Amino acid sequence: MTVTTRSWRQTALRAGPWWLYGAAWLLAPLFFPSSFSLGLLSQIGIGIIVCLSYNILLGQGGMLSFGHAVYSGAGAYLAIHTLRLLADGWPVPVVLVPLAGGLAAVLLALVLGWVSTRKAGMPFAMITLGIGELVWAIALMAPSVFGGEVGISADRDARPALGSWTLGPALHLYALVAVYTLACTGLMYGFTRTPLGRLLNAARDNPQRLGFLGFDPRMVRYLAFSIAGGFAGVSGALTALQVEVVGADMLSSQRAGTYLLFTVLGGTSVFAGPVVGAVLMVFALAVFSAWTQAWLLYLGLGFGLVVMFMPGGIAGWFAAGGLRRAGWQLRSRPLDSLLVVLAAWMAATGWVAMVEMAYRLQLRAVMGERVDFFFWQLQAASATSWLLCGAAAVCGMFALARLLRAPAAVAPSNAAMERRT
Amino acid sequence: MTAVPAGQADGAFALRLRGVCKNYGKTAVIRDLDLSVARGSSLAIIGPNGAGKSTVFDLISGRSKPDAGAIWLHDQRIDGRPTHTIHRLGLSRSFQVSQLFTRLSVIDNLRCAVLWRMGYRYMFWRALSGLRDVNQRATQLMEQIALTPQRDTLAQALTYAEQRALEFGITIAGGADVILLDEPTAGMGRGETQRFIELIRCLTRGKTVLTVEHDMDVVFELADTVAVLVQGELIALDSPQAVRADPRVQQAYLGAAALPPSAGGHGVC
Repeated sequence: MTVTTRSWRQTALRAGPWWLYGAAWLLAPLFFPSSFSLGLLSQIGIGIIVCLSYNILLGQGGMLSFGHAVYSGAGAYLAIHTLRLLADGWPVPVVLVPLAGGLAAVLLALVLGWVSTRKAGMPFAMITLGIGELVWAIALMAPSVFGGEVGISADRDARPALGSWTLGPALHLYALVAVYTLACTGLMYGFTRTPLGRLLNAARDNPQRLGFLGFDPRMVRYLAFSIAGGFAGVSGALTALQVEVVGADMLSSQRAGTYLLFTVLGGTSVFAGPVVGAVLMVFALAVFSAWTQAWLLYLGLGFGLVVMFMPGGIAGWFAAGGLRRAGWQLRSRPLDSLLVVLAAWMAATGWVAMVEMAYRLQLRAVMGERVDFFFWQLQAASATSWLLCGAAAVCGMFALARLLRAPAAVAPSNAAMERRT
Repeated sequence: MTAVPAGQADGAFALRLRGVCKNYGKTAVIRDLDLSVARGSSLAIIGPNGAGKSTVFDLISGRSKPDAGAIWLHDQRIDGRPTHTIHRLGLSRSFQVSQLFTRLSVIDNLRCAVLWRMGYRYMFWRALSGLRDVNQRATQLMEQIALTPQRDTLAQALTYAEQRALEFGITIAGGADVILLDEPTAGMGRGETQRFIELIRCLTRGKTVLTVEHDMDVVFELADTVAVLVQGELIALDSPQAVRADPRVQQAYLGAAALPPSAGGHGVC
């Protein structure tokens, strides 16, 4: 290999995204100092670790797992039990608890992964689903260890985290999460550049061929599975430190499904995809769900649209030059682009308004009948509101369909784009 | 039948098959196959479609297990062992339909192929780009198969001929001394085939090579011995000239392929 020597400037530029990432974690508390936003930021960090670890399986290894919450949950349970022991006077600093959680998850993944990774593809997915349900059922059967539905609670600031520093204040917890998030992101990025990381991609693309090159594809999957489980354990332990209570839902396959959904939404083919996914996850679960009762419906719709129109996820779309294409669109056919945006906005507005009104009709007692929608006030019981919104939805969709039918107006081929630029 | 006279020491053989049988359901695909391949020789396996040529490769390389019989690589029994174990003992194979790591670049395909032999195994504590010997070997191979301009192209984006070259490249990358090539020139044009044969000959010098091939011109250029397989049975094993003159071969092979073996192969291209 011709090893080109790079100047320090080139190296610094190549590391640009990392500088930004680090700076974002460092400066975020200055812009969002409230303990609520610090809590959200901590959740984002935790989500980033678990989604990145999930993507080791899905994006890098082609392993669709429905049981990843088993490992984040294992880390969480170990952390909460450790916290309780620490309260009894164990002389271990709390900052090391996430490491212990990661270690526990690695050990569990080394056991369960031996079974899970025997097969790839669909059998793998089914085995992880089975193990996930099994572990969840066991957790419910042993409430003394797992706390059942209520969960087990502990105090994160019962003992000093390090020296005299405790984890009580939200800012302190944020600092701990930020350090772990940066370290785990770096380590997982590093993993993609190691021989095993590359072999994992090879096992995804063609496991049989890998066997003919001397490697046991099952061993590749097994090791990667254990490593991914370990990082999931770290994130689970951080969750335990943040919410200070761990219940059986931490292990559920529904939680694993959430990891899957947001990792795909962010993009599995780009390393940064799960980071985007994790940010969306926290916004959807913590912020968006507070705005509207119908958030799951919008989430499902959005997910469907992304899967259909951005097969590489959001980060994949950007990485494939989506922004450049969109910009080219806008410059070359400004009127058509404007019309498309307008029609899409009209259709979306109409549908969203109708969904909101429908929810209010169902939950009249709790929510009342009024829908405050941008500048308008709609009444869920009024026919005029329904007619207006229905008309907007239908007209918008009709216009959108007409505009999109002329393919050149909206989607020029890459080749055409290359010719023009 | 054996390729060399009886009495010669076993150590002279890179590969030996004794009484190998393979059935798919009730159909016998390979019947009682005996075959010995001398070290450093080049054997071509020919035969009409469905004769079991690729099955022989699958049995030797561990892709499927023989129902009876034994296979030795040098002096190790390898029948029924997993493919990665057989590769580690020094056997490598290529496929008729290229089996590449489609979403990896050319250089990464080659790196994966050289890792085991260079002793890195399942390493996850060092960067791949920092492994000097791996990168040197992969780059050297890339130059040899003339894919240097496509270094960072994904395997799935290569042209057909480039994919065939990469398939061959990752087959020989691990430095195995017994190499099985399953129709290496399938689907290539005349000029490409000629260049590719040169490449194969140059890069497998000194190794034991088994080739499944339809194209008789390729057979004559590459092989010093030809095995003729018809309906799972070995009916001839001799020098190319002698095989071509063998009336049984002519009957079996011509009857099925309806083309004179010397006329330049069957009509793939």
